[in-house]
Amino acid sequence: MPRLTTPMPGSPKPSEELAGSSPAGDAAAPVTVQGAASAELFGPGVEEKMRITGLNFFYDKSQALYDVSLRIPTNHVTAFIGPSGCGKSTFLRTLNRMFETVKGTRVEGDVRLDGEDIFDLDVTSVRRRVGMVFQKSNPFPKSIFDNVAYGLRVNGGLSRAQVAERVERSLVRAALWDEVKHKLHESAYGLSGGQQQRLCIARALAVDPEVLLLDEPCSALDPIATAKIEELLLGLADSCTIVIVTHNMQQAARVSDYTGFFLMGKLVEFDRTEQIFQAPARKETEDYITGRFG
Amino acid sequence: MLVTLALVYELWVNSALSRHQFGWHFFVTQTWDPVAGQFGALPFIYGTVVTSMVALVLAVPAGVGAAIFLSELAPRKLSDAMTFLIELLAAVPSVIYGVIGMFVLLPVIKEYAYPALKNTLGWTPLFQGPFYGVSFLSAGIVLAVMILPFIVSVSRQVLMAVPQDQREGALALGATKWEMTWKVVVPFAKQGIFGSIFLALARALGETMAVTMVIGNDPKIHASLFAPGYSIAAIIANEFTEATSDAYISSLINLGLVLFALTIVINGVARLLIHATSRHSAQPA
Repeated sequence: MPRLTTPMPGSPKPSEELAGSSPAGDAAAPVTVQGAASAELFGPGVEEKMRITGLNFFYDKSQALYDVSLRIPTNHVTAFIGPSGCGKSTFLRTLNRMFETVKGTRVEGDVRLDGEDIFDLDVTSVRRRVGMVFQKSNPFPKSIFDNVAYGLRVNGGLSRAQVAERVERSLVRAALWDEVKHKLHESAYGLSGGQQQRLCIARALAVDPEVLLLDEPCSALDPIATAKIEELLLGLADSCTIVIVTHNMQQAARVSDYTGFFLMGKLVEFDRTEQIFQAPARKETEDYITGRFG
Repeated sequence: MLVTLALVYELWVNSALSRHQFGWHFFVTQTWDPVAGQFGALPFIYGTVVTSMVALVLAVPAGVGAAIFLSELAPRKLSDAMTFLIELLAAVPSVIYGVIGMFVLLPVIKEYAYPALKNTLGWTPLFQGPFYGVSFLSAGIVLAVMILPFIVSVSRQVLMAVPQDQREGALALGATKWEMTWKVVVPFAKQGIFGSIFLALARALGETMAVTMVIGNDPKIHASLFAPGYSIAAIIANEFTEATSDAYISSLINLGLVLFALTIVINGVARLLIHATSRHSAQPA
């Protein structure tokens, strides 16, 4: 897969140097963000989880993303907003290499998870470490328990008791346990839409992902179900890096610490959420969030 | 529906003589002796069921396996081309299958399959005794080839209809393509695959011509698959025009009724089975 490694604009170090500074041995250790500019963006004590540099994305001949570069902070909620077709979902699907299920897609650029190039890692291990929740809830036609246990069983190595314990913990983390604990062995399709989406979150959490990607997870849900999921995301951010794509700006403002604005395949602006919503640096961002366009 | 009812009515009325004369003994009597006026359906029921089972045992793994390959692994163009070829198999007239069975399959079985089976599984009652070519086994194999296209074609369609979000859901959890296929795609398509199998079974039960040509037409019950036998459809086709007495004709029609009932019972069992296996897979509300 041809990839370019262009230096990130505004980056304190060229990415080649960064890549060289994190050999495979200590790759698990998060790369601490250094340099004045990034410290300002991330604040003290905030570490970098993923680093995307010079990302270009192609569907056959047409380009969907243009030179996207940014860093995603550990254990925070990062939101991406933008009008339909702006490439934010495509961007999300590169982060766990899920785009590869679509024929004719091609990526150039560099995507690193804790300093490791995700294209050098085994695809299944990338997806295990970077979980994903989809726009439309997609529980398997199995019981609630088996849905959450699916990822654990696929990855193997756990006893029945451990699986049961992890299932319970995941359902608790997804704020679903109290609603389903008496009917774990009933079909997941008996749940409401909001519950199904939380079940999908629990299913993703069960394998203990380091990063959780959510692709417009609330777009098919009513406000109450949406509020529950937002509350849950805020709680999760203590232990997990959350990346959420949404077309709902209020949602981004409510749940995220950092927000990126995509337009026509380009990352227009990426900053702290307050900054984006109160004093955006770019006119396009301001137009979008004030509703003058999109 | 009306046609079905009319059909049942005709079968019922015209088999009245046979039913009055033999009663329930008809189903448990092994003798079929038109000269003596003795008619028992058991050998035919047995032959029909056994050949269909042999066909299923052979065709289900092959057919479902092929469908999984075509829908999940093969490139789209190859998949479409091969599916077309397999579906062509379904269009071959059954008498042709019978001829191929007699002149190609029987010598091959006799030369290779018979010694191999006898040496490895000869200790079971299923694979004992001499082999003359025409047999339950031969009929089962011919049937397997005939029903394979139904299983492959329907199962492939059902597998391809499994929503993309189900596949992505599995992949997003770190499943490999293989784990995704076996643990998500196939279970999701389970109902439809069962459906294709029962469609194939219905075809196997009623298949007449090809079976008649290779089963041996011997109205006796043998445990061994190497022995010749007879099926319901085969005896009706063979003897209907030669049936001389009223009891004879009536008994053949009674057999038709039995075949009909057998098909209905199997359909019923299939539905129960599907119902039992799909408790967890109720469709989304």
